[in-house]
Amino acid sequence: MGDLKLNYEVDGGDLIQAGEASSKMKMTLKKLGLPPEVIRRASICMYEGEINMVIHADGGQVEVDVGMDTITIRLTDHGPGIPDVDQAMEEGFSTAGDVARDLGFGAGMGLPNMKRCSDDMQIDTQVGVGTTVTMKIHIN
Amino acid sequence: MNVRELAHVMALTEFIMPEPEREVSGGYVGDLLSWVMGRAQTGNVWLTIMSNQNVAAVALMAEVSCVVLTEGVKPDEALRQRAEQQNINILGTKLSTFDAAAVLKQLMR
Repeated sequence: MGDLKLNYEVDGGDLIQAGEASSKMKMTLKKLGLPPEVIRRASICMYEGEINMVIHADGGQVEVDVGMDTITIRLTDHGPGIPDVDQAMEEGFSTAGDVARDLGFGAGMGLPNMKRCSDDMQIDTQVGVGTTVTMKIHIN
Repeated sequence: MNVRELAHVMALTEFIMPEPEREVSGGYVGDLLSWVMGRAQTGNVWLTIMSNQNVAAVALMAEVSCVVLTEGVKPDEALRQRAEQQNINILGTKLSTFDAAAVLKQLMR
């Protein structure tokens, strides 16, 4: 049996509506009967990524690959890129604007949360071109 | 204790309560959404003054048992709708966040 592949478009326009793709993915993972803690970790990874894409990159695409042993979530955007990945990974560092902060985002916890909730995270980024974040969550 | 019992004991306002049977385990206080998502545990009661619809999304992802809006804050219409769609319990209290957390802590002993 091949892996299940899910694709989502993240609309960059509206931070208030953000989370739709993550909600859909979560429902699908629940239907598949995956362990609750795996679903929770995958959902947090994807939601934080989705929020980042809306705040910083005017949206993007998400591919989710559900295999026998691993869920792989790949977020791709064509935003400004991350000039200093080490700095972006620090808890509390954020370049989010006032609108995001007023809604309760911009705490500088997004990427650290994604790292913590995944078993492996890779960030490929180029300033002026975009960013791809790939996260793996082991099922067992 | 489940969410219905919590609502009764703390005399909480029931704004949206689609899953009253959810079990409550501990609590978390916070208004910065990513902070909450990184720290809250499954089943926690989440005390916050944030009332926009992202609260429902965070509650869903973090799998808290319910959201309690403190300080008399009411959910905006978009939050009500999203909470209904996503089966998120949204309750409220006029207590300050500090006092609500203190009561919750007593109940969790």
